[in-house]
Amino acid sequence: MFLWFHKLGSPPHFYRIAGKWIPWLNWIFALLLLAGLYGGLVLAPPDYQQGESYRIIFVHVPAAWMSLFIYVTMAVCGAIIIIWRMKLAEVVLISSAPIGASFTFLALVTGSLWGKPMWGTYWVWDARLTSELILLFLYLGIIGLHNAIDDKRTAGRAVAILALVGVVNIPIIHYSVEWWHSLHQGPTVTKFDKPSIHWSMLLPLLLMALAFQFYYVLALFQKCRVELLRRERNTRWVEEL
Amino acid sequence: MSQRLSLTQAFVFLLRRDLLLALRNRAEYAMPLLFFVLVITMFPLALGASPELLARIAPGIIWVAALLAAMLSLDSIFRSDFDDGSLEQILLSAHPVAMLVLAKVCAHWLVTGLPLLLVAPLLAEMLGMPSEAQPTLLLTILVGTPVLSLIGAIGVALTVGLRKGGIILSLLVLPLYVPVLIFAASATENAATGFDPSAQIYMLMAFLLFSISLSPWATAAALRMSVS
Repeated sequence: MFLWFHKLGSPPHFYRIAGKWIPWLNWIFALLLLAGLYGGLVLAPPDYQQGESYRIIFVHVPAAWMSLFIYVTMAVCGAIIIIWRMKLAEVVLISSAPIGASFTFLALVTGSLWGKPMWGTYWVWDARLTSELILLFLYLGIIGLHNAIDDKRTAGRAVAILALVGVVNIPIIHYSVEWWHSLHQGPTVTKFDKPSIHWSMLLPLLLMALAFQFYYVLALFQKCRVELLRRERNTRWVEEL
Repeated sequence: MSQRLSLTQAFVFLLRRDLLLALRNRAEYAMPLLFFVLVITMFPLALGASPELLARIAPGIIWVAALLAAMLSLDSIFRSDFDDGSLEQILLSAHPVAMLVLAKVCAHWLVTGLPLLLVAPLLAEMLGMPSEAQPTLLLTILVGTPVLSLIGAIGVALTVGLRKGGIILSLLVLPLYVPVLIFAASATENAATGFDPSAQIYMLMAFLLFSISLSPWATAAALRMSVS
């Protein structure tokens, strides 16, 4: 097990394994996505309060989950980089950042599209929306820092530190924003009381979440392969490809 | 330097050195303060000088301006030491780098954070903030600005080796400043509207303790990365 893990850490090995997995991941992702979308858009009944427009939840919620999940993944990579100086972790961290930023952006866009029919406005300074927006800035900070540093090994360590600092701060930011919102009870947006969700809606939601997970791994593998080739372009194993 | 310095001596030594450098270089360190005053002056010009409006938004304005001024001054924590190589000597010293970093951040705060405390009452008065909110405002500045310096030090340490680090620095640091901004502004606002601000003040103090204990380590790690 440990040996397998150790081997996975070597760039050529990872490059090959990822290449083998990508077609499979493609298929699994496509099946899950189709099942989730069919279940969510066709089978699930309309909501008794929100009618059809609630269906955006099947994209919005998984995207929001992914935005947090990817940040945590990046922080774990950051810890691995600081402790073991593993090259592959650097590649995974920096390849994850644009994907995570896209999911965060997707969650924001779908959230505001959903907000228009529900709350009557595209944007409210709701606690969750605001902390999601700040999360987007954290992602962009990581990408920006990585781009600004020319030496990629140094850049890897820099973003590792930044990701760790960020992950310590995310809960603090989230709860401060939540508290701030409860203090400024200005234009009150009464969110519908969340009814315990029915399984006919929950199942497609989970399927979509799983599909998004697979999409993340898929996109990550592809980006990692490109990044590995770019970083290791002077080594022998790349020449032999 | 034949005898070895104890950690406390080294800490005090570095603190005094930085303060002395700042004293020799007064004009540069007055800039953030001037910036603070200028930004606040812009708000009445842009929003109109109606006293009720200004009094209501005064805590927010003062805090946003303090945030920007703190950010503007951050670069000077490590920049000159990085340029003349003394940062490398600090990293090579036998003492824990985190403690020396803390000394540098202390010196930086004394030079850039503390002066805000002196002009803030004047500006609060000009914006028509209720006078009973003044002690709270000062207290939030006293507790909040060190947090800004400590968090900012991490960002500077990450970007000090870059030629155009300034704009990246703001992208890195501003999101992390959000909690301080929220609690400091809302404490002052509570005090201005006659509520009890102590909960927010306690939160700010918690942030201060938290960042004193953790931020120097992250800063030290980032400095090692930048200098190597």
